[in-house]
Amino acid sequence: MRVLLALIALALAAPLAAQDSLPPAPYAYQQLEDPELEAQATELMHTLRCLKCQSQSIADSDAPMAGDMRHQVRTRIAAGEDPEDIRAWLIQRYGDYVSYQPRVTAATWPLFAIPLALLVIVFFILRGRFARRSKGAGE
Amino acid sequence: MKGLRYFLWGLVALAAGLFGLFAYQLTQPKDEFVESAMIGQPIPAFDLRPALESQPGLSSADLADGQPKLVNIFASWCVPCRAEAPQLETLRDSGAEIVGIAIRDRPEDVAAFLQVYGNPFTRVGADDISEVQLSLGSSGVPETFVVDGNGVITYQHIGDIRPEHVPGILARLREAGA
Repeated sequence: MRVLLALIALALAAPLAAQDSLPPAPYAYQQLEDPELEAQATELMHTLRCLKCQSQSIADSDAPMAGDMRHQVRTRIAAGEDPEDIRAWLIQRYGDYVSYQPRVTAATWPLFAIPLALLVIVFFILRGRFARRSKGAGE
Repeated sequence: MKGLRYFLWGLVALAAGLFGLFAYQLTQPKDEFVESAMIGQPIPAFDLRPALESQPGLSSADLADGQPKLVNIFASWCVPCRAEAPQLETLRDSGAEIVGIAIRDRPEDVAAFLQVYGNPFTRVGADDISEVQLSLGSSGVPETFVVDGNGVITYQHIGDIRPEHVPGILARLREAGA
């Protein structure tokens, strides 16, 4: 019985308040009226990193800061800003880490260049082999 | 034939090197901090309402008045902010001018927090939707920026200020022209 009471007390205990007491920003959980603009905003929000919970996008996160970032994205898009300009604004402040969309930079170009180089090498190796085989068949 | 053997050993060495790299990287502590890319940039324009009834709010113009300052980003609901309060007092007593930005906070909560843990600030602005925090490239509370007399950000300290950080921050403030 005592164990049961303890369990009930545990279940009812409020989690320690490490959160703020203010309501979320107006457009944190509120979609834009124009479905086309909302679609643009959603697409962008899925490719921006939540800085508080770093493995989630701001579209997936319930952290207050992610809500504030969604508000920024939605109000800026409603004001006619281009989604890529908003991404650039955030990268200017937080670096590439804030965006999930890979960019070609001085540090990342090998990621894009190596597969291309491998394809070129494979092409030459296969061409060499087929040329040899057809020569052998011709004899 | 010999060439092929060397080639195969080369592959083994390459794989071993790769796994060695994985093992090394997996045992390194993870750096969770997202540093601001705004160091060396002028502070973006903003104007925040006062977070307290008794003290003025904060605008970007206040940060370009010729006097270098510490900008402390804090909140009454933030536990590490309590831990750094004595260090902020020490910094103020060493001559640093400190202004505060309260994130997502109610005036009565800010007042109660500063009542208990001390008020080292000359101005406190209220950032209700983290707008200024985002524009500074700050990703949490507490964080402290050093801003020179022209309003240019020269340094960012992420996390609570511990006693061992105080001399470094004072040195950064002196470099900024205090």
